[in-house]
Amino acid sequence: MGIFVDRNTKVICQGITGEQGTFHTRQMVSYGTKMVGGVTPGKGGTDVDGIPVFNTVGEAKKRTGADASVIYVPAAFAADAIMEAIDAGISLVVCITEGIPVMDMIKVKRFLEGRPSRLIGPNCPGVITPEECKVGIMPGHIHKKGSIGVVSRSGTLTYEAVDQLTRLGLGQSTCVGIGGDPINGTNFIDVIGEFEKDPQTRAIVMIGEIGGSAEEEAAEFIRKNVKKPVIAYIAGVTAPKGRRMGHAGAIIAGGKGTADEKYAVLKEAGITTTKNPADIGKAVLEVLEKV
Amino acid sequence: MNIHEYQAKELLGRYGVKVPRGKIAFTPREAEEIAKEFLADGKNSACVVKAQIHAGGRGKAGGVKFAKTGEEARANAEALLGKVLVTHQTGPRGKEVKKVLVEEGCQIAKEYYLGVVVDRAHQRVCMMASSEGGVEIEEVASKNPGKILKEYVDPAVGLQAFSARNLSFGLSLDKALVNKAVKFMMGLYNAFVSLDCSMAEINPLVVTKDGEVMALDAKISFDDNGLFRHKDIEGMRDLDEEDPREVEASRYNLNYVSLDGNIGCMVNGAGLAMATMDIIKLYGGSPANFLDVGGGATKEQVTAAFKILMSDKNVRAVLVNIFGGIMRCDIIAEGIIEAAKDVGVKVPLVVRLQGTNVDRGRELLGRSGLNIISADKMDEAAEKVARAAKR
Repeated sequence: MGIFVDRNTKVICQGITGEQGTFHTRQMVSYGTKMVGGVTPGKGGTDVDGIPVFNTVGEAKKRTGADASVIYVPAAFAADAIMEAIDAGISLVVCITEGIPVMDMIKVKRFLEGRPSRLIGPNCPGVITPEECKVGIMPGHIHKKGSIGVVSRSGTLTYEAVDQLTRLGLGQSTCVGIGGDPINGTNFIDVIGEFEKDPQTRAIVMIGEIGGSAEEEAAEFIRKNVKKPVIAYIAGVTAPKGRRMGHAGAIIAGGKGTADEKYAVLKEAGITTTKNPADIGKAVLEVLEKV
Repeated sequence: MNIHEYQAKELLGRYGVKVPRGKIAFTPREAEEIAKEFLADGKNSACVVKAQIHAGGRGKAGGVKFAKTGEEARANAEALLGKVLVTHQTGPRGKEVKKVLVEEGCQIAKEYYLGVVVDRAHQRVCMMASSEGGVEIEEVASKNPGKILKEYVDPAVGLQAFSARNLSFGLSLDKALVNKAVKFMMGLYNAFVSLDCSMAEINPLVVTKDGEVMALDAKISFDDNGLFRHKDIEGMRDLDEEDPREVEASRYNLNYVSLDGNIGCMVNGAGLAMATMDIIKLYGGSPANFLDVGGGATKEQVTAAFKILMSDKNVRAVLVNIFGGIMRCDIIAEGIIEAAKDVGVKVPLVVRLQGTNVDRGRELLGRSGLNIISADKMDEAAEKVARAAKR
């Protein structure tokens, strides 16, 4: 089980002939992901390690029956690539690309309205259901199959948390990186709602950061709808106001979106929090021992 | 990226947003000539000389002065140029004034606030207006949220006139002024979207006694991710307004933010970099910076990053925290060794490597002969670096 992807998910890669696209396609194949095709406009008819390349997502979907796409297209063309995948009816679109202009993402979100696709990212490490399917750039070997659902706005910080869990013998059901941009396809609430329904998931780790109010909205959702234990960590307690901390979305704007505010709201909603990023795994273990 | 008021007004003017006539002056003499030109046609009895720095609160700090003659404008410019202005946004060190904007004056009947932002919760562009002009919008939002009117814009069609009318009538503008206000708002929205702005603020927006709707001040920030489409705007960047280490870091595409602590940090990934700062604080240390070398940094980038850290005189110890995914630990190790050869390592260096090629990375560092304190886990690394910085 797990959510969004499993061993049956058929994946295509948009931008497969680029350096990143080729490298990560090989990594995904070696992890066991069913890579059924790739898309690069103008390179249709060629192949990458025997994986067929198509000119359009529409053609790739028709010929391969793909249900997911992973996008490594450069930022200037990424919004177009996302909308092409949505238009072709790909049900799960995972966009890894960092640096997409906000105005482009606002248009993408509008384009998504009323269409059945789910977009994850952009500016994210992707999704992995350990030992079944990896759609993204995370190092596969640190993951282990198990019952902890992980959702995060960050990349390497998620690897850190996953590594802690695995070392403590706590495997993961699915790990989802929702990305560090201010406008993204899937939010904490969407993912946590899925984890709540997933029979494999016993507990949920949520890794947030400064900026916006996604964590506060998630806290409200969890209080009302989630029975499984949630353990949260928020990065950026020491971040100064008004400065963008690497991620486009990680900024305390107008004094709003501080880590302290988020911790306060999470606690009020009865969520277990830890302020030590080295203790995320330990906190999960303690919560599970109590259950 | 931020720009100056005079640049913002020039850009907005191109989109039909009404701004006062104004020109930039780098010397008192230039200020005098511009003022004389504006005063010559007899339409105005006064000019305004405004210090151009990237910070709000200039008026209260004495950075805005009135002049009735060219000579007065010259004296005003003399007083401002070279002066360090301290406002509530500059920090205690303040910012040096290197140019002044000379503008024609106007007779203000009433002041308003108009702003455009990307609203994250609604995932749309939002135009905000308030009758509380000249006051910071955050203050209005906390004390009097009902006084802020908002219109969310459907990106498929852009700002429509009815939305602008909602705001204009909402502000109780005279009905004779509504069309002018609508034109102003539509121009502002078009500039915002066309130029990939992240924030645009007209505070105050004024109605003049002769019935004009005009931007008395203008502040624009741009979405850095959209700058590749606007080479002309990139050219407006004023490096004098930025921290020199941040400028150097941006040349290598590194994300660097200066802080006031004494432990330099080099981390891959923004979230882990923030978490590293936080855990340093948790163990009693104080981070000197945020530095994200990115997911796929090269040896050159790592070398540059290390040199930037070492150039900070406050730094008493350095923590390198890398979780290798795409980033390989051996690349980080090579970069550190390269930089150490060039600039030397004069402070304790704690290195924590995990993930891809970690053994090869540790081996390279071990053989380098550098005096490195190694750590296995993040908390152990933070504890060691905090202790080292206190020595």
